[in-house]
Amino acid sequence: MRVPRIAAVAVALFGLAAVSGDAAAQQCPKGKLRLYTSWPMQGAMLPEGTGMKNGVDLAVSEVNGTVAGFCLEIVNLDDASPQTGKWDGAVEAENANKAVGDPLAIVYIGTYNSGAAKVSIPITNRAHMAQVTPANTYPGLTKKRGAAPGEPEIYRPGGFVNYFRPIPADDIQGAVGAKWAKRLGAKKVYVINDQELYGKGIADVFEATAKKIGLPVVANEGIDWKQPDQKPVLTKIRASGADLVYLGGVIETGAQVVIRQMKEVGLTAPRTRFMGPDGLLEEELLKGATCDAAMATDMRVTFAGLPFEKMRGVGAKTYETYKAKFGKEPTSYALYAAEGGRVIVDAIKRAAPEIERAKDVADKREALRKAIASTKNYEGINGKWSFDENGDVDYDTMSGFKVVKADGPVGCKFAFETILE
Amino acid sequence: MNWWEVLVQQTINGLTRGAVFALIALGYTMVYGIIELINFAHGDVFMLGLFVSLAWFSLLGVTRTLTGWQLVTLLPLVFLLTMLTTAALNVAIDRLAYRPLRRSPRLAPLITAIGVSFMLENLALLWKGPAPIAYPDVFPSVDILREWFGVDSAIFLTTKDVLVVVATIPLMIGLTYFVRRTRWGKAMRATAQDRETAQAMGIDVERTILVTFLVGGALAGAAGLIQGMYYNIGMWWMGYQAGLRAFTAAVLGGIGSMGGAALGGLVIGFLSAWSDQYISARWTNAIVFSILILVLVFRPRGLLGEPTSDKA
Repeated sequence: MRVPRIAAVAVALFGLAAVSGDAAAQQCPKGKLRLYTSWPMQGAMLPEGTGMKNGVDLAVSEVNGTVAGFCLEIVNLDDASPQTGKWDGAVEAENANKAVGDPLAIVYIGTYNSGAAKVSIPITNRAHMAQVTPANTYPGLTKKRGAAPGEPEIYRPGGFVNYFRPIPADDIQGAVGAKWAKRLGAKKVYVINDQELYGKGIADVFEATAKKIGLPVVANEGIDWKQPDQKPVLTKIRASGADLVYLGGVIETGAQVVIRQMKEVGLTAPRTRFMGPDGLLEEELLKGATCDAAMATDMRVTFAGLPFEKMRGVGAKTYETYKAKFGKEPTSYALYAAEGGRVIVDAIKRAAPEIERAKDVADKREALRKAIASTKNYEGINGKWSFDENGDVDYDTMSGFKVVKADGPVGCKFAFETILE
Repeated sequence: MNWWEVLVQQTINGLTRGAVFALIALGYTMVYGIIELINFAHGDVFMLGLFVSLAWFSLLGVTRTLTGWQLVTLLPLVFLLTMLTTAALNVAIDRLAYRPLRRSPRLAPLITAIGVSFMLENLALLWKGPAPIAYPDVFPSVDILREWFGVDSAIFLTTKDVLVVVATIPLMIGLTYFVRRTRWGKAMRATAQDRETAQAMGIDVERTILVTFLVGGALAGAAGLIQGMYYNIGMWWMGYQAGLRAFTAAVLGGIGSMGGAALGGLVIGFLSAWSDQYISARWTNAIVFSILILVLVFRPRGLLGEPTSDKA
């Protein structure tokens, strides 16, 4: 307990000291507002953490650090434990409490890990403080679909929504996947899932959507992913005559076994193809499943949002600006952090009169929370979107990837195939 | 696929699955027969067998599929090296963890076994990291019916399926011969029946126990190697799951009985494959364990277990 606490304080002090210089030099007739960020900023997470920090910096620098007379200050906190280098609930709680306790703090940007968000959302909720994540995609944080019992209400002790994500939640992938399967000409789908929150949530949505759009689903079956032998289940799928296997799962729950053994039991294209969500979009998977099997099954995966280089309009511009400003490619969630930052800036602009009139800090935060919640027709990196009543984006722009032959030690790779809308 | 093709295919699946369970179950049942210890670490020795065999393959420079002469030279060599390594490991575990507790209440070595299991898992975790490891395709996979016989059938039978059965049967025959016909086997059976009397008859009980762990570890290593070549994937936590299934197989067949362990492994293999097909994969574990409970209710000594012995 002791070390993370000291570390968190040190990081916080460092963050305060490092507050951007030009904001201080500017005129702040209406005072200062602080934006807190919290995600892992060490070890293996340092590149992604820095990318997201850059994203927020980009959004604030676009308005030169001032909005409607308010100066914006960013305070970066680290929610990783120094012992493990991974997110830590105790540190995350401390960060959220620090933000909530700062009378100048108006919004909390984070987290990276959905598990960490489970800890901080109730804390910011009690303080009426809006929380915007650039990276959490676990559905249960905002909605019932793909959630555990009691979610998402347990994260909203105040009974209102204060947590917003400008990034599509995982369950959308099931829906988009089903539509894609139909477009690819599938006539009969067999859905399997790993019986975990992420995988089963997506598989359930896939099944429901497929039935709605008239794509027959033979079954949605939970498999025992700890068993390295999925041949009996796959044999059953072959006997069922399904022409597409959809797996709700991630690389850690045996996806490579399923793909590899599909080939071994004769479930191969053109007769039967394979599709999965972005939990499978990892090169590591191709090593385990072998390129041979991945290509034989015509393996396809969906991916939330668009790859940066395929973005249009605002997205394409943001991508270029980011590269010019920071001199490197954005990390996976960097542009979503920029989007989150811009949404906040936009909301502060709209809520400025209420924030100014507010009697106390809770009222200020409440004014901003309401302004963020009412974000409508926002011109974002993946196109125009609005926040729905859960605090989720309402767009379902995704991209489809296909495994193709490639040079290099692995022998194949995921290549962008199409935009799915 | 029509109904009989499905049944045949699932039976092949069950046979290969069950053969691996049976090999692991033999190690459980042997140790239990001799010192009445449920050796929870046995599943993890099997898991390490997979990792160790992979290490031997890479030491010998094998990263691709073995061909012709390599199959008859390198493969048996790796079998031997892996079995020796895990046998030594199993003996070391007995020496360090179980032997000092030989005269303690039965619970002490049991808890120790659980502790050893955790230690081995974490050892593998440190060694290979948390991600599943890809086991190279060292054994050639040939679609026998299509490529060798030119029969276009809905049934898939590959050389890998044959490997599992062909490698398992000699090991089991060898073990049976060892236990039934050799002096060491005789000593093992005597020790299993009555340790004190065996000692009084001049049998070196400690050495007999050592041999038991040696053979059990070797079988677990062979099972790990077979599993690696067959499924091409290894996880640091797989020993627990496999151990649980194999232990179930040993109990189903009658713990302490060699034939019972082999039969139990096959029965569980068939049952789980058929259950995946005809019921649902979600229910397979429930079905397997329900049948175990039913067997134990109506036949407490297991399928081939000896009638209640005086030790029980």
